[in-house]
Amino acid sequence: MDILNAFVAFLNFVFVPGLAYGSQLALGALGVTLIFGVLRFSNFAHGDTMAFGTAFVILFTWWFKSMGISAGPLPTALLALPFGIAVTAAFVLGTDRVVYRFYRQKKAAPIILVIASAGVMFVMNGLVRMIIGTEEQNFADGARFLLEPKAFKEWSGLAEPLAIKSTAAVTVVVAAICVAALFWFLQRTRTGKSMRAFSDNEDLALLSGINPDRVVQVTWIIAAALAVIAGTLYGLDKSYRPFIYFTLLLPIFAAAVVGGLGSPLGAIAGGYIIAFSEVIFTNAWKKVAGYLLPADWLGDGLLQALSTDYKSAVSFSILIIVLIFMPTGIFKGK
Amino acid sequence: MKKLLLASVAMSAMSGAAMAEDVKLGVLIGFTGAIESLTPQMAAAAELAMAEVNASGKAANGWNFVSVRGDTTCTDAAVAQASAERMVTADGVKGIIGGDCSGVTRAVLQNVARPNGIVMISPSATSPALSTDEDDGLFFRTAPSDAREGEVVADILLEHGVKSIALTYTNTDFGKGQSEFISKFFTEKGGKVTINASHDDGKADYSAEVAALAAAGGDILVVAGYLDQGGKGIIQASLDSGAFSTFYLPGGMIGDSLPLAIGPALDGSYGDIASSDADGNAVLKDISSKLATPFDSTSSYASESYDAAALIMLAMQAAGSTDPKVYKDKVMEIANGPADGSGEKINPGELGKALELIAAGKAINYEGATGVNFVGNGEAAGRYKEIVVKDSKNETVKYH
Repeated sequence: MDILNAFVAFLNFVFVPGLAYGSQLALGALGVTLIFGVLRFSNFAHGDTMAFGTAFVILFTWWFKSMGISAGPLPTALLALPFGIAVTAAFVLGTDRVVYRFYRQKKAAPIILVIASAGVMFVMNGLVRMIIGTEEQNFADGARFLLEPKAFKEWSGLAEPLAIKSTAAVTVVVAAICVAALFWFLQRTRTGKSMRAFSDNEDLALLSGINPDRVVQVTWIIAAALAVIAGTLYGLDKSYRPFIYFTLLLPIFAAAVVGGLGSPLGAIAGGYIIAFSEVIFTNAWKKVAGYLLPADWLGDGLLQALSTDYKSAVSFSILIIVLIFMPTGIFKGK
Repeated sequence: MKKLLLASVAMSAMSGAAMAEDVKLGVLIGFTGAIESLTPQMAAAAELAMAEVNASGKAANGWNFVSVRGDTTCTDAAVAQASAERMVTADGVKGIIGGDCSGVTRAVLQNVARPNGIVMISPSATSPALSTDEDDGLFFRTAPSDAREGEVVADILLEHGVKSIALTYTNTDFGKGQSEFISKFFTEKGGKVTINASHDDGKADYSAEVAALAAAGGDILVVAGYLDQGGKGIIQASLDSGAFSTFYLPGGMIGDSLPLAIGPALDGSYGDIASSDADGNAVLKDISSKLATPFDSTSSYASESYDAAALIMLAMQAAGSTDPKVYKDKVMEIANGPADGSGEKINPGELGKALELIAAGKAINYEGATGVNFVGNGEAAGRYKEIVVKDSKNETVKYH
């Protein structure tokens, strides 16, 4: 019984939150890694693209709700997703036309594109605040729990509750579908293959008749879609505040770098590595240990490696360690 | 010409008569600076009390109270001390209503009031440090110390049979102070605080903070935060993970938006907020709104300012002297009345009656606009409303 209690406490406070957060980071990191692979620069505006897209998803959600449309037990935001993606894709294609294309045609060094993306980031930052404001928005609706903590306690007879929020479950399912669809697209379709070819060797790809403009456009559209989905899932599961998305940039880049920039598989692995490291290092293990160890071994401490305030320090440390000792990441990126 | 002469003669005669019995009281608050939006109402309230006493004509020896204003700037102790020094030495005030912010109040008390032996009654300084500062019996305040809420929280928790609490606070001076006193008093009264951890406002996700609180455990989670910030996030994350189901909500967490945002899951949680049920509050509001130049007595610390001025004047009446060294001993007596509760209750607007009663040798219990009741060495106990969340609404249980 004690072992079961310890296991449930682990699931409830470490595994479930880590899995949901990891899926959100993985989707964000996939977008970053795609842009890096095909367009060859780190897109600093990615966090704000997430905020921008999510803002529109929220606006569409409100509109749907005002018309009485809902998705039953699922969040209405899922219905609004395609519309948010369409607006965001149009916007990033516009920025590519206005900002990035100029530097690409001049064959500017990647660092110049990075700085340009920082400029785009600030512009989007301001736009989002003008569109939806700086305050917190809660737009989750539908059923709150897939597994209610009280119901679980009564059913299992354990002392520890287990809760699975429906938004966490939706996050994991949607992330799995997106990843599967993306890999199918990259491996099996003509456009996907041309993207990979363009990423591997630009000159060779151009020689074999691949249209570079089309590859760039498709990349932006996919990156925008991933950003909006990641942002919406994060906002549903936690809460939406434009500033938070800006700070998400750090764990997302850490995830992409740990996995290896340019490697989609690495981005996914990196997302989960960063998420679980943050949770494991800042979790107070006293509860789990209390069930497994004799009481007199425990002492008064919370068995917490780092205070929760240092959550982002964990992803920052991992980022630095990987850059020093394994700059290409786990999956040998660029 | 004749008229003018007559008028000036009348004027000089009047002012001459008044001069003889003028008693000056200092109003030492921050007319400029951080709380300059509150001070006009505070000064108006204090001067309203003086005007009321003057109009009644019941003060002993025909005293006529005159207000002398001085600026503290709320933050600059040097300016505040200079203003106080001027009041005392140049204007010759017999008592000071003020200071306002705790820092300048402490400085004025130590460097001006104590050396000169002047009584100070602050309407708004709430720092717990002022409870223990040396004051030679000269310092009082009509606003409760910040520490008081901690004591009230501990009492309410123990009344509910809570034996151990997990405590989390917003990472600000406000939250830190609040949690410190809740923890201190709850421990002193025999309870156990399993954890006292901060949380930052404005985060999207509080599941990690809640996991640490859950690991420490406790009968109830005390959330000393803000209701539309991290406090709400902590409660939501606790409910989402099943870590805690009942919450204690101190002052910063009481508001209509919280039960609405959280929903039925918050029902049964309870808390408190500083709030006076004194009848005098409404009376003062009524009086102040009907003045020739009306002001809003419900503005923060305005009622406390009225009470501070009234206490000084009534204490002078009771002592029969305007000498601070004499009347300082009467302040507690006026504020609380005799221990057997026989003192006649005095509301705003009844200062003339109070003066008469004192002159007749009868005991009074000054309630004023805030239900004045002094504890310790002369500071307001404050009134706190105990609240329980029922059907997603805050309902008042009782007053503490």
